Amino acid sequence: MSLGRDAVLVAAKDLRIEARSRVALQQIVPFGTVIVILFAFALDADRDLLRRTAPGLFWTAVLLAALLAVGRSAGVEEANRARDGLRLSGLDGAAVFLGKAGAVAVELVVFEVVLGAAVVIMYGVTVHGILVMVCAALAATVGIAAVGTVYAVLAGGLRARETLVPLLVLPAVTPVMLGATRSFEAALGLSAVDGWAWVQLLAAYAVLAVVAGVIGFGPLLEES
Amino acid sequence: MSSIRLRSAVCTLGRFPALAGVDLDVEAGEVVLLSGPNGAGKTTLLRLCAGLLPLRSGTAEVLGSDLARDRRAIRRRIALVGHETFCYDDLTVSENARFAARAGGRTADDADAALARVGLEPLAGVAHGRLSQGQRRRLSLALALARDPALLLLDEPHAGLDDRGREALDAVLGAAPAEARTVLVASHEVERTRPLVTREVRLVGGRIAAAEPVGKRES
Repeated sequence: MSLGRDAVLVAAKDLRIEARSRVALQQIVPFGTVIVILFAFALDADRDLLRRTAPGLFWTAVLLAALLAVGRSAGVEEANRARDGLRLSGLDGAAVFLGKAGAVAVELVVFEVVLGAAVVIMYGVTVHGILVMVCAALAATVGIAAVGTVYAVLAGGLRARETLVPLLVLPAVTPVMLGATRSFEAALGLSAVDGWAWVQLLAAYAVLAVVAGVIGFGPLLEES
Repeated sequence: MSSIRLRSAVCTLGRFPALAGVDLDVEAGEVVLLSGPNGAGKTTLLRLCAGLLPLRSGTAEVLGSDLARDRRAIRRRIALVGHETFCYDDLTVSENARFAARAGGRTADDADAALARVGLEPLAGVAHGRLSQGQRRRLSLALALARDPALLLLDEPHAGLDDRGREALDAVLGAAPAEARTVLVASHEVERTRPLVTREVRLVGGRIAAAEPVGKRES
């Protein structure tokens, strides 16, 4: 089978599991929404501050939700030693990576749409550059999903996996947090920075993260 | 042609030498019983042949390829039925089987045929997480058969099976030579398994203590 078909096979499997278990729908999406609401309560006295910090708060919520999503993605491979089944399947490690990261990215996109709507409604922001925003969100999502998937398999099999993954992922996605927040600020008309320059940074990061995953995921899966 | 060829194979679990210099040849189409007490190295030998454990020293060839170098190619032609099912609890019996089949380059029809062979078609729509232990063992066997492996590695396959499951398993073992399938089966149920195999290899303390054709033993 081709790399692409194998990746789609793995992604479809992961998305089917999520659709069946409804963990993403019933836990991750409400979790993100609660974060947005909590920030709204915390900063409600200063409506302008809430509006100005909306991009950073949005991406903080996305990052926290992403940690849950990648943890869940790795976790489904732990039960019944499904991870060994993946190793024995003969699937290319790169295809497994692309499939698992792709599934996480799809979940995050859905999450971001829901969360984005909540932010617009509750924080009173207005979107001026929808294209910059969409491109930034897609590139950032790919980067986060790729890095998270790699670190999740790296920590797989360890007892401290749940706490280790955030420690590894959060510093690694700092450039994404920075780039996505700045480009969203531009898209929301909150600053005069060039949003496209930050989108380029996010795209470069996403490409590097995907390449690193394609190369490194297979050996990490074998050693974990 | 040898399906398995081990020379001075040493495999350690931590510092413990689970296999301490094993020489083993298994010819294509053979059905070999691995017997021996707990901790003899049976499971380690199967996991080594599946490429799930690294070789500490010695050489290992599986299906004519070097295990250390061609692990992925080998894995596409083998299947392991272990203590765990390698299945996803939220997927149905059919979805688990079809995923395993497609990942191994086979089709959904191969998966359906394998389920029929172990009598699991009536449970095709049931989630793995809702299966009994015996049903899970049968599904594990079906996943392996769906890949139509040239080498089938079975680790205590009778454990937890009901009569119907045992009959299905015995039928798989009995049909292996005709299907040109090599089978390595580790089992404590020696008396039940022995009539279905061509050779018995007894492991003790990570070494081969005895290896002889079953026909010779019975004569």
